[in-house]
Amino acid sequence: MILDSKAPTGPIEKSWDDHRFNLKLVNPANKRKYSIIVVGTGLAGASAAATLAELGYHVKSFCIQDSPRRAHSIAAQGGVNAAKNYPNDGDSVYRLFYDTVKGGDYRAREANVYRLAQVSNNIIDQCVAQGVPFAREYSGMLANRSFGGAQVSRTFYAKGQTGQQLLLGAYSALMRQVHEGRVDLYPRTEMLDVVVEDGKARGIITRDVVTGKVESHAGHAVCLATGGYSNAFFLSTNAMACNVTAAYRAYKRGAFFANPCFTQIHPTCIPVAGEHQSKLTLMSESLRNDGRVWVPKERGDKRRPTSIPEGERDYYLERRYPSFGNLVPRDVASRAAKAVCDEGRGVGHSGLAVYLDFADAIKRDGRAAIEARYGNLFHMYAKITGEDPYSTPMRIFPAPHYTMGGLWVDYNLMSTIPGLFVLGEANFSDHGANRLGASALMQGLADGYFVIPYTIGPYLDSLARDNDMGLNPDAAAFKTTQKEATDRITKMMNINGKQTVDDFHKKLGRIMWDNCGMSREAEGLKGAIEQIPKLREEFWNDVSVTGTPGEFNQVLEKAGRVADFLEFGELMCRDALTREESCGGHFREEHQTEENEARRDDENFTHVAAWEHKGDDQEPTRHQEALEFEYVKLTQRSYK
Amino acid sequence: MSSLNLTLRVWRQKGANGEGKFVDYRLNDVSTDSSFLEMIDLLNNDLESKGEEPIAFDHDCREGICGACSMFINGQPHGPERGTTACQLHMRSFEDGATIVIEPWRARPFPVIKDLVVDRSAFDRIIAAGGYISAKTGSAPDANAIPIAKQDADLAMDAATCIGCGACVAACKNASAMLFVSAKVSQFALLPQGRVERATRVRNMIDQMDTEGFGNCTNTGACEAECPKEISLANIARLNREWIRSNFVLG
Repeated sequence: MILDSKAPTGPIEKSWDDHRFNLKLVNPANKRKYSIIVVGTGLAGASAAATLAELGYHVKSFCIQDSPRRAHSIAAQGGVNAAKNYPNDGDSVYRLFYDTVKGGDYRAREANVYRLAQVSNNIIDQCVAQGVPFAREYSGMLANRSFGGAQVSRTFYAKGQTGQQLLLGAYSALMRQVHEGRVDLYPRTEMLDVVVEDGKARGIITRDVVTGKVESHAGHAVCLATGGYSNAFFLSTNAMACNVTAAYRAYKRGAFFANPCFTQIHPTCIPVAGEHQSKLTLMSESLRNDGRVWVPKERGDKRRPTSIPEGERDYYLERRYPSFGNLVPRDVASRAAKAVCDEGRGVGHSGLAVYLDFADAIKRDGRAAIEARYGNLFHMYAKITGEDPYSTPMRIFPAPHYTMGGLWVDYNLMSTIPGLFVLGEANFSDHGANRLGASALMQGLADGYFVIPYTIGPYLDSLARDNDMGLNPDAAAFKTTQKEATDRITKMMNINGKQTVDDFHKKLGRIMWDNCGMSREAEGLKGAIEQIPKLREEFWNDVSVTGTPGEFNQVLEKAGRVADFLEFGELMCRDALTREESCGGHFREEHQTEENEARRDDENFTHVAAWEHKGDDQEPTRHQEALEFEYVKLTQRSYK
Repeated sequence: MSSLNLTLRVWRQKGANGEGKFVDYRLNDVSTDSSFLEMIDLLNNDLESKGEEPIAFDHDCREGICGACSMFINGQPHGPERGTTACQLHMRSFEDGATIVIEPWRARPFPVIKDLVVDRSAFDRIIAAGGYISAKTGSAPDANAIPIAKQDADLAMDAATCIGCGACVAACKNASAMLFVSAKVSQFALLPQGRVERATRVRNMIDQMDTEGFGNCTNTGACEAECPKEISLANIARLNREWIRSNFVLG
């Protein structure tokens, strides 16, 4: 199968405008005849649902949380990028495009990234108009800061709570449409499967998590904005409910899954404290603007950090990367932290941490200035660790945080199942093999506010032209899919085993972190591909799912998600094994330079790997979408 | 790192219409480094491995920002620490041998769904009634077209910090949602973009608040004291001003 990206050709500055002009429009009077399902209410889902409803479509919006406002976008801290160039420091759409393609280690589609950079400015305008209280200068103008991997200040922020503020903006737009009657809201509702009939996405199967009722919902198109899959590692910075189920179910129904091994391990998280740990907490990488990362020069140095004299500290990022220093991109910073810990120079009782030190910044700018910039983050750190980061350096360590991989989509954000669109982190999108800081919020809102409202048009128009406008949730495909979902629940409830769902999730997490984490090698990946099916079998024979299916049952919810992770983890490992190069967040031990930097193989791997499900008993097929670079020259990324 | 042995007295309630009761659980070897919710995880894992139903509770981000967690701990919403959600509360705040009482939010507009889980959709309906600026996608002018004084932007941000957890309602003897409503009304009233709809916004949100059955404010201040985001009571004063103002504008 040839994967047609439908990416426009011609001058890149004009490609999005030209493409939009060429897209079929849906007549305003006809829009209300279409019903669109949007799953997820994070930045991508909420902005899409609100905007589609504003245009006149009828929207059904689903989320697993008790309120759409709680989607995990809310936890994003640092900021949102845009090419406004307000600081007059040389930024432009082209530079944001260039940086994003380069930061992604040349594994993203140029046309997509250019579009993202273009609409970034509209996002800031839109959010300000909604009342998002971005940080401002005394002039009343918007403030900017630089952010991991960028040499210009293009990041807009609202204290350390930018994700929260942007999400509340999108949420309020969504709730306005709910009030107008254009959006039907289904909170506490989990998508269990997507319904495909005649090769098109026709709707979804859901479970009301309060009553346990399993239902069918039909729509003319289905948009998945269901986030990433970092929780495959069990311990990650993702919220507890983040899961791969919606995306994975779509994969099993025929949507290709692209680059599942591209995961981002964020360098600045609070280290693991013990077995009790349920998740990891991110400390915004904006902290690296002022904090200096170091470890002791000597291995096994157990002195308190404040007792280690300057000359006996190794500011290893500043030493290895003099021009970017502490602001190197995430993948580089994470690997460097792992390297010093592997050498035995890690700190804290586990030895799996490095210091992030604000002493110099506090001396330079004063405590009040640091408090104004990072107060809530310092507060959070103190709560979790019981230590005061104003007087002793923070301890940080990398943790799974974001997934660049996701369902394959074309330029119109449509998956390989016609009518199934994928937005935000859930698609494989624009970040290539590594996402730059403050670009996730940008992409989620770009997809929802400014891309899907246009690109969904041609598909909807084709339904009308093909006389295929019927919505029939009683059709055979719905009945079959709903029965499969119900049967799966029944099967799970009847195992009555001895181990808890979390026991399995932790075991899977261990396998994934050890073999498909910050660095990967063939032996480990092959081992994981053998271990995971065994663990899966054990799950289906020995898991304990308490309670009943027809009630509020959090164990059952979790069991369904972990069951999917137990299949999906294997796909991540397969993808990591077949990508015989190192690029971005994907680091293969076998493919590194003498200085331990990632070595790409542009000749053989300048492509997107898109996996096709072939049945539960068969290996999936790996397809390729070749990536062509007309504008950005492929070079070895260097931040030295 | 040290550990605690605890007695947990937890509200168990099968469903919205079921009768609830306190049940005592012994829990040993709880790490002082674990969070309060991780302590409940530990208990739940024990219960699940014995085939018993774990305690249902809302939680998600566990970083103090999503607002999902919602429980009374020893008579206080989110427990004893100021400016802290239950998920950010750590066990080092408790003594060995302690008995900890855990209950759901208690307010009529927040009916119990199960155990510690309550239905807070009333908050969503209040927002739907007017908690927004009606700026359609695509209609915005350049972001710097309207300068906003830094002090106003900062105050708006302080108000916008509300996570919608409902602790203010749970803490209030009147089950009033005034702090929640005032935070949103203030955020928009402080910004030029929000002033266009200020009169209808405050009117509609307050009407919805009353319809949902939340009580009135009698200036006790428990909401501010218990708010995990330390939203200021001054917002309620601003809400009152906005409401009075709306009466002149709308009649």
